[in-house]
Order: sequence, then structure tokens, then C-alpha cells
Amino acid sequence: MNHGPSRVADGLLTRAGGAVQFFFDGRAVQGVTGDTVASALLANGCLLLGRSFKYHRPRGPFTCGPHEPCALVDVLSAAGREPNRSATTLEIYQGLNVRSQNRWPSLRFDTLAINDWLGRFLPAGFYYKTFMAPGWAWERIYEPLIRRAAGLGRIDQHIGKCPIRAETVHERTDVLVVGAGPAGITATYRLGQSGLKVMLVERDVILGGGTILDAHWTEWRKQMLERLSALANVRALTRTTVLSAYGHGIFAALEDLGANMQQEPAGPRERLHIIRARRVVLTTGAVERLIAFPGNDIPGVMLAGAALAYLRRYGVAVGRRPALFVNSDEAYDAAFALQATGAESINIIDIRSESRAAERARAAGITVRLGSVIVKAIGRSAVRAVCIREQSRRRQVTLAADCVLISGGYSPAHALASQLGAALRWQNAVAAFVPELSAQLGNLAGAVRGLVGLASAARDGEAAAAAVACSLHQSLAPEADLRIPHEPPSSPLQDLWEVRDVGKAFVDLQNDVTTDDVRLAQREGYEHVEQMKRYTTHSMASDQGNIGGLVGTAVLATARGIHVADVGLSKPRPFATPVPLGALAGTQFGKHLKPTRRLPLEAWHRAAGATFVTAGYWLRPLVYSHEPGWEPVMREARAVRHSVGISDVSSLGKIDVQGPDAARFLDFIYANAFSTLDVGRARYGLMLREDGILLDDGTTARLGHDHFLVTTTTANSANVLEHMEFHLQTVCAEFDVLCTDVGDQWAQFSLAGPRAREVLGTVVSDLELSNRAFPFMAVASATVANIPGRVFRISFSGELAFEVAIPARYASKAWTALLDAGRAFDITPYGLDALNLLRIEKGHVAGAELNGNTTAGDLGFGRMLKKKGDFIGRTLARRPGLNAPDRSQLVGVRPTDRAQPLRNGMQLVTPDDAAIVGFITSSVPSIALDGWVGLALVAGGRDRIGQHLVGKSPVQQESVGVELVDSRMFDPENLRARC
Amino acid sequence: MLHIPCPWCGERDEAEFRYRGDASRSRPAADAGLEAFVEHVYERVNPLGWHIEWWLHVAGCRKLLKVERDTETHQIRWVGNPGDPVPSKDELHL
Repeated sequence: MNHGPSRVADGLLTRAGGAVQFFFDGRAVQGVTGDTVASALLANGCLLLGRSFKYHRPRGPFTCGPHEPCALVDVLSAAGREPNRSATTLEIYQGLNVRSQNRWPSLRFDTLAINDWLGRFLPAGFYYKTFMAPGWAWERIYEPLIRRAAGLGRIDQHIGKCPIRAETVHERTDVLVVGAGPAGITATYRLGQSGLKVMLVERDVILGGGTILDAHWTEWRKQMLERLSALANVRALTRTTVLSAYGHGIFAALEDLGANMQQEPAGPRERLHIIRARRVVLTTGAVERLIAFPGNDIPGVMLAGAALAYLRRYGVAVGRRPALFVNSDEAYDAAFALQATGAESINIIDIRSESRAAERARAAGITVRLGSVIVKAIGRSAVRAVCIREQSRRRQVTLAADCVLISGGYSPAHALASQLGAALRWQNAVAAFVPELSAQLGNLAGAVRGLVGLASAARDGEAAAAAVACSLHQSLAPEADLRIPHEPPSSPLQDLWEVRDVGKAFVDLQNDVTTDDVRLAQREGYEHVEQMKRYTTHSMASDQGNIGGLVGTAVLATARGIHVADVGLSKPRPFATPVPLGALAGTQFGKHLKPTRRLPLEAWHRAAGATFVTAGYWLRPLVYSHEPGWEPVMREARAVRHSVGISDVSSLGKIDVQGPDAARFLDFIYANAFSTLDVGRARYGLMLREDGILLDDGTTARLGHDHFLVTTTTANSANVLEHMEFHLQTVCAEFDVLCTDVGDQWAQFSLAGPRAREVLGTVVSDLELSNRAFPFMAVASATVANIPGRVFRISFSGELAFEVAIPARYASKAWTALLDAGRAFDITPYGLDALNLLRIEKGHVAGAELNGNTTAGDLGFGRMLKKKGDFIGRTLARRPGLNAPDRSQLVGVRPTDRAQPLRNGMQLVTPDDAAIVGFITSSVPSIALDGWVGLALVAGGRDRIGQHLVGKSPVQQESVGVELVDSRMFDPENLRARC
Repeated sequence: MLHIPCPWCGERDEAEFRYRGDASRSRPAADAGLEAFVEHVYERVNPLGWHIEWWLHVAGCRKLLKVERDTETHQIRWVGNPGDPVPSKDELHL
């Protein structure tokens, strides 16, 4: 088969593959099933995949996996443009359309590549230092300019309505094993054998990890996977990346369903697994790191392990004349593999002076130059040659090469271990930081613990399994033979970070950070690794510095003249890999973001033409009209002032408080007294927080000597109940009181207006409603439309009003009966807007004034606070600062020119424009008074009544003269409610 | 995220609870004065390590739990009722 000139062999993933056509920058490319975008392009000899972030240098794939810094592409589809997908993991399918990034007009010819030549004028911190003044120019000129020049993928300005992108599933397991290399597979198998439920999670498309790349392990891998699939209690997930560890055995993992996209284009693209595990075994392996030298980013330079992976997985040779630059025996595998597929000439440049692998390589006819380094790679859009120097001689030699395969050693993939709280310890044998985790938090096995070689990893997996099984009181079955292949002994690694010469040597290829940038950061005082990271943006890109992070640390250490171990790494935080936000949202967006609470009468309101508004979780009628503007609201409010209206107030919080100590408890919870309240009466109450600020307000009725009904504002009912329960279980623990949320049990209607008594009288059979028998703030049980309910004579609107409470399931019957009874008076249902209009005219406060900053004194309730007895907030409410005369106080506002409207949030400014003294909290066009009326919080407001201020809204460029008035703007003596 | 072993409901997810702060301190007496209340409301130690906390099981039994939790490792070593004295290390057999 020959799908591309560089396809030299069968790949493990592409062996049985059929031809697949996709598009790269509009050009058709042939690949085979199983290919990634990168492997298919490499098979076709295409190395140039993108332009770099800052200098617009040509870039090709640097890795063969998830830590790719360079080969990032945009995916274009019917769902829009998805930026920054890694070409090294993105699997191709028929018709896939990808674009290269950060180039204009084309990938081959990019005008901003001039940044590369200007490079020495663009060091780290350049933007901060250069684009300083004038200040206005930043937003209008510099920032748009820089944003256009820098950056990688583009995000669509308009994102279409997308179907559900991801789904969320919850999983439980005894043991979670992260990573399916030799250690993970062995641990899973042994734990599975013992009967424990095991979940093995692997981000690759197949299981095997490092064993995939080594032919000696093919048989072992095949047998172990057969054994695993025979165990019903073992579940293996591929294409699934564990993103984060949250402690207490909770992990988040993201499964890529991209491979299903062809079959089900509308189906979810990701599945988020929330995993709860009793134990975790991290076998996350190690990541090969780069070496910094000039030109280490030219297309054709890549990690040695990547070249090996392209060959084994996809049968693609990344070059025929490779130069390897290495410091360990493990990296030689790439040379042996390329030689076996007929590479023309191979040069290995090894910094070490001796190596067992070098002997084997020489015996196989490969040229090995020990004690040598590459001082630079030569080429622009592809590597042409390398310049090498033998350390003993100082002589430089230039060798032709079409690819440079580098390997600076292997760093344990410690991100998840660190999230679990692992300490990092420097280990010379691997020249890397190795995580150490207490067994309480998790178990580590294999290369993540700094072990070298597949066989030792497999044996370590066995040991970890034994430890985990023991901690779960399970014994491992004796295993005769895991048939671990023999591995030749290897020579130790020698650390190697940077070869200094003229030219840009990169430590972070995605963010274009060079070794010089790191040194500049150190010179300018950003010596700590976290400061250097932020100053240079090193390891802040989507690859999170996995392949170059430690190299940056080492360069910083050299600059500071201390050992790498004393510099450390920047702290990894969730998520371990980039995650699309849509994958986290899952199905929880739009209507599914939060629950909706529905009124018992919602169907009636809807049929009556109501527009709804969300208040807390509740869906409440705002106005019974779909017309815009205030006219329908004013019509409803007028009906209340002139005749009678009815409103559904069922969403108010209702808490039933009972017990011998109920009155004593309410005295403690409320700032005003309730033990003095007579049975059959209600009282307005104020609840404070312990710091003296208002928490909530509402009316509380005494239904019996030991029985109260507390009402709360709609939004606060859950908080108030929690507040009561907390104190009942701590400070008031000896009180004999029970609190029960009865909010859903009772529907409640407000019948308000001068004719309310006449309407209610015709449906109430056992209650005398005259002002003498049932005065203002009276409460009684009563039969309403033959339903046992309660009647409260309370008023928020300021009119004669009754609130009727009915068991929720009979709400409709009572509501209809009241409407029928009111027909003679043209009874009008009114919504939240009209309710608001009526209360603002009266100066009654609501959520806008109870805003978490105001005290009882601020709102004019100072005298309601009990003089005697303790209550929550008592001591701190007396603090001088909360009683200062210049605090914001509640006042009414009216426009001086009555024709002018007010606006909520308007700043109130002194006429000489000298100071902002307050703002408008609520405002409406009045029906009882002329023009608009509003409530405001104004510094020292009560003493300013009568003053003239200017209401300003800079955003809308509005300005209106206002006068401050008493907040009780309509019927200040409350005569209408009492008649 | 935490798993909190509720004595009434069994081990439950943190999402079912509401955190209510430091449980090692109690409300001063009514006449303790301004200073005592300022300290009670505003002044908090922020220990690295063991901490005694209130957790209210709002989506469960609605009982208030006293929980001893390590703020560094999130380990929970003891859960009790509000009135229970916190056991010493010896009593926990640590």
C-alpha cells in the first residue's frame, strides 16, 4: 500500500485502513483510516503545518500525541470553526476540513514572518514596556494590533445554536487506574483478578502506552488485553483523559467521541465522566522533553519518541536521513526502527561519552558521535542540515539531515499526582522531578515514579496492585507468570538542557519563549519560577509546558547559579489538558442551567396572556399582556387603586414555626418582638445578620400560642430557613421548636383595592370581615369557596387588602371563585410590575433596597429594633459606623420636570456636579402621583429631603433634575389600608 | 469535592451540604460587648491542617454536622452532632 511517499510500512493503527480524503487549507489530502491529520500530512511529505504564535516562524509537528505545541489547526464544519485542535491527535475522516493557523495570506508566504527578523526587538515583556503611552492608545490602537499579530486559532464572532455538545455521566468504581501502559495494564489485570471493580482510563485510542512502540512487547500486550477483556469487573476506556483530581476519590475525565462524529454528526462530541473511586493508581508515565538549541523549532525537528511513534503507529517515516540528538539509551529505539525500514543514513549525536546502546547501534552500522552536541539546526521551512560540535575538540562539522530527532530525557507526568498533593523530589537518575504521594491519597507506579524501562514499570504495577488490594482487604491471587519480556541493560542518562549558540533556542514552542527570554526574566528580577512563567508566558500555552517546562527551569537555574532542584516547577492545576467549555457545561445550559419552580396557577396565568419573569427560581407573571411599555402595567395598578385587583403571591416563602419556645425563638431571630404579638394577629418583622445588616423582611402571623407562620421574600426563603435551622441547632439548641418549609403547600393570593372586602365577603362563609371584627393585620382561619384556608389582612400595595391562603391543590378553585365574585367590580389580575409600582408609591422596600448593604436604620426602621433582650445582629447593629448620619438612607425621588422619566441605577449628583451622593434603586411611572416616582439610597438622605439633585446615567447619556421627598410618597398615614 | 459521612444519611456528596464556617467557636453571650462580637463575626484563623467545621445537610436530613477536616488533604477524621465534644487524637486511635 502506498498512501503517501513517506508511508514505508504497515502501522499498528493504519494496517487495515482504507483510503480517506480530507482537506488541509482547501487542498485535498489522501490518508488512511486510523491516521491523524499530522500522520497523513507527514505521509505525504508535508512538514509545514502552521506559523508560530509571536514570530510567525514555520512550524511542523513536534510530537505524536496530546502535548503538541506546534501542529494546531482549526476545524471547520457545519457547527462552526473550532480552533486549536491538535493535528497530532485529531483523527481524519472523509471530508474533514482543517485550516492552518496564524498566517496571512497563506501558510507558505506569511507577511508577519517579519516579526522573526525583528525578533531581537521583541523580547519577553516587550509589549508592556513599549506600548505605554498615551493611555488611550492601548485600547484603540495597540491592543487590536497586537491581537491581530499574535495568537493561534480564531474564534467565530457568531457561534450558531449548537446542539448538545457533551453529556455527563457519573461512575463508581473500587479502583481507578489512570494510564494503560505496562504498569497500568498489569495493575488493572491483577486487581481485576482479585474481584475488585476496576476502571482503566487511557487517553490514547488503544491500550498499551509505551508497549505500542516496542515490537518485543507486542505478544505481551496482546495476551494481557485478552485477559483484561475476559474480566467482567474491569472496564477500560480509551480516548479518555483524566483532567483533574479533586480529592476524596473524585476525578473528572473527558472521553472524546470525535470518532463517532461521522456516524452521528448531531450526537455529543464529548462525554464527561465524574468518577468516584475508593482508590486510585496513577500510571501516567513520563513525557519526553526537548533540548534547547538554535533552530530547535524548524519543521523536521521533533522528539525522537514522536518519530518512533509515527513509524510504529502509522507506518510513516518522518525522514530518510535523520540526525538524532540524545542523552539516553531509550532514545536510540527511534534510530533502530528507522534503520529497519530502510533509512539512507542515520547520525546519532549523543552527549554522553559511553553508552551500551551506542555499541549496539555501531554494530548495526549506524554512525554514532559520542561526546557531541548539535549547536544548531539549519533550514527555514524544513531542516536541511545540522551543525555539530565534539566537546573534546571544539571543531564544528555540518551534516546533511532531513529531520532532527531530539530527546532530552523523560519527565514523569506528575500533573494529577500534584493535584492530589504530591511533593516533587529531584531524582538524578532521570534528571527530573519525581512525585511522591502518601498511600492515603493515591498510588503511583511505573515511569511516573521515575522508573526506567517497560519491564520495571510492569513489575511496579504489580506491586502497586498488591498494595491497593491489601488496603481494600482483598488478597491478590498468586500469579504464575506475567511473561514480562527481557530488556537489555541500559546506560544511565546525562542531563542536557541547552546548547548555547547564536539564534533563537526555544523552551516553549507554542508561546515562542526562548532561552534568552528566560534569562531576561531572571536579569529583570523575575527569579522565582512562577514569576518567570508569568513574565515570559513560558508553559502557559495549551500544551502547558509538558515538553519544555523543565528545560526552562534548568535555564533559569543556570542563570541564577543554583541547582535545578532548588528552582522547582510551576504548580500544575486542573485541568491537566485543555477542555472545551461546552464539554463541562454538558446539558446544563439554557433552560437546564437551573431548576424552574412553577406556580400552581401557571396554566391560568398563561391562558390569561401573562408575560413571565424569573424571580429566584420562580416563574411569575410580570404583566398580563405582551404589549411593550408601561401602559398595561399602569392599567393593572389603576384597577387596584380604584376598584379591586388580584395577584398570585404563592412564591413568597412560608415557614411554619411551632413549639413551646416558638415565640422566644422568633424574638431571637427577629430584630423586633414577636412574643408580644396576640394570637390572630400579624406583624411586619425584620431579620438581621449577625453583623447587623438586614437579612430579610416579611410578615409573621401568630396562628396559635405556640404556632407562627413566617413569610419571607421569594428569593430568600431557602436562606432564611437555613438561618433558622442553624441557630436552632447551635445557639438555641435547648429550644423546643420545629421549623418546616410549607412554601409549596400553600397558594396565596393578594386581593387588593377599595372593593376587596365586598369581593371576599361573597366567598368567605365563616368570617366577619368588617373593619371592627377583622382589623388591619388580623389573621384568621376561614372557609374560602368551601375550602378551608386562611385570611390575612395585610397590604403591600397600600390599599385595603386581604391575602388568602389556600392548600396548593385547591388554588385554581379558590382563584376562580374570587374572580367570579369580583366580576361585578371589574376585578383585574395584576403581575409583578404592577405590584412593584404600587409598593414604590408607598415607599415599601423590596430586594433592590434590601441589598445586603443596608441596615434597619438606613431604611427608616431604626426604631423597630428591640431595646430589651438578645437577638441576632443586636450588638453589631449598634456599631457607630452603621449608625453614622451620612450613611445611605432611603428617600423618595421625583423628577423636577414631571414629564421626565427616571431610571433604575441612575447616580444622584449634587447640582454643582461635585459629588455623587446616592443612586436610584427602584423607579416607575406613578398612577397616584404626577409623573415618575422612585426610591433611592442617598448619603444622609433623610436630612436632604426637599433638596434638588441631578439623576445621571452616563451609559445612556441621560440627565434629569430630581427632588428628594419622603419615601412614603402616597398615603403616608396608611389610611387606605386601615379603612 | 468532599464525601461527608453523615451520621444520619451515610456518606454523601459535598453538593448536598452547605458550609457554615468554623465550628470551634460559639456565639458570645448577649452582654459580651462589641469587641467580642467583632471577633466572633470577623476574625478567623485559617489553619493549614485540622479544622472543625459546620456543615448543614440541606439536601438530606437538614441536620447540622460538626466535621473535623484537614484543610490540606481534605481528609475527614471525625463527624459528630453539634453538641458533641471533639474527641482527642487518642480517642480517635490515631
